[in-house]
Amino acid sequence: MQTKVNDDAPPADPAYGYDDLPRLITLMTGDEKHSFSATSTLDVLWVLYDRVLRVDPARPDWPERDRFLLSKGHGPMAYYAILVAKGFIPEATLSTFTRYNSPLGLHPDRMLIPGVELSSGSLGHGLPIAVGRTLALRAQGNASSRIFCMLGDAEFDEGTNHEAIAAAARFGLEQLTAIVIDNRSSSLGWPGGIDTRFRNEGWSAVTVDGRDHDAIEAALLVSHPGRPHAVVAVVEPKS
Amino acid sequence: MTAETMRQGFVRVATEALDGHPKVAVVLADITTQQFRESGALARHPDRVINAGIREQLMVSVAAGMALEGMRPIAHSFAPFLIERAFEQVKLDFAHQGVGGVLVSIGASYDIGAYGRTHHCPEDVALMATLPGWRIHVPGHPAEAEALLRDAIASEDSIYIRLSERENREPVPTGAGLATIRSGSTGAVTVIAVGPMLDPTVESLADIDATILYTSTVRPFDATGLRAAAAGTDIVLIEPYLEGTSASEVSAALSDRPHRLLSIGVPRVEHRRYGSAASHDRAYGLDADGLRARITAWLGR
Repeated sequence: MQTKVNDDAPPADPAYGYDDLPRLITLMTGDEKHSFSATSTLDVLWVLYDRVLRVDPARPDWPERDRFLLSKGHGPMAYYAILVAKGFIPEATLSTFTRYNSPLGLHPDRMLIPGVELSSGSLGHGLPIAVGRTLALRAQGNASSRIFCMLGDAEFDEGTNHEAIAAAARFGLEQLTAIVIDNRSSSLGWPGGIDTRFRNEGWSAVTVDGRDHDAIEAALLVSHPGRPHAVVAVVEPKS
Repeated sequence: MTAETMRQGFVRVATEALDGHPKVAVVLADITTQQFRESGALARHPDRVINAGIREQLMVSVAAGMALEGMRPIAHSFAPFLIERAFEQVKLDFAHQGVGGVLVSIGASYDIGAYGRTHHCPEDVALMATLPGWRIHVPGHPAEAEALLRDAIASEDSIYIRLSERENREPVPTGAGLATIRSGSTGAVTVIAVGPMLDPTVESLADIDATILYTSTVRPFDATGLRAAAAGTDIVLIEPYLEGTSASEVSAALSDRPHRLLSIGVPRVEHRRYGSAASHDRAYGLDADGLRARITAWLGR
């Protein structure tokens, strides 16, 4: 596996905080009101990168890092803003958003952005790939890295997720956490709750307020020995 | 002792690779899991022989995920389930993520004719040929399959190997290019036989002046070899899968030369038939008699 050295990584800048994210997003979207597909993920992404993930912008391929896979690649502006805040992307790159030669498209590409672990866009690929990556960590004796995969409640419609959910539980993938951002955008819905679908297959699962940073952090850090963990983060319904 | 089939050879070679190389993994969707249990691989390498159950899309994505962590995955199933059912996973989870892997199929176009259309796959090579960067091998003998498998596992590239129960009597040591099986006189028709089509091709041309070329590697196609070997203007391409799958490669190789091309393969029709593979060959004119009839008619003899 190639090792990318991110020489362009700016030093982690403590001046970037959560309150800078709207400004960074506006550098991509202009003053128009950005869509909920950008903001539904904002708080969970922030808590992940600010409090949970062990990642290093100077060493994006560090073998012991945690892996974050944004499977719900549509509406990646919050993701890009946080990658700027955490030193993976220079702020100046944001102004190139969606241009032909820009590394920042409407769906993220791991070959173009240091620290991006998945090229996503077509829904339902992230969690199956995350299962494979978690199995590979186990096969190679890496017991310390964790894999986090974020999807959306509409993405949850894709059948491949349900192949992955069943298998991940049978394989006892303790190093895997799935995060579902639930903004009630699934056309046919998930009666009984998304967390139930995970729990019925043998996952640990919790549902939290997707805007409450302390609750999100606590949910992500739940101990789940011997099985994978799911966090369903509920945000305001997509309008 | 009966000779080893390509599928049996695959299990043996993959088991040896698992034993010898800690980065090799085999990912399955039930099919052939029993054989890996019998080979001992499942017991010796439970973390690297993964049976996803009957979940082919997951199988391919899991294999790609393992490649993303630096491993060398081999995903394996019947051709229609590995390639067609999981095609978007094949397309997006390997090359698009910047990693390679090995896909090994069995069943070919209609190896088990009696299974019917659901298990027939004349389209797999054409479909894989739409993707950039994939090497595609169609071995014609278990010894060729073994060499191709070993090379594929040792590589970091994206490689599809299409195994079949149909095979030629003798292997051809081809390397990656076209091998000359027989040279005709200057200007004679050049016939390209792919994989298991070699024996019926040679038989069909027994008394016809022809240059016969053979390959088990259809992508990348050996354009240089074809240009060097094809002295005449008549080219016949004989493939054991969808008719014309490599016609564009032949045309591109000879684009600056006057030539005409006859593409022979499995016709694009709804094959609602059972029976044996041989009976399918006969129906589509892919046995020696059928090949001979089509080629001589086309040559005007």
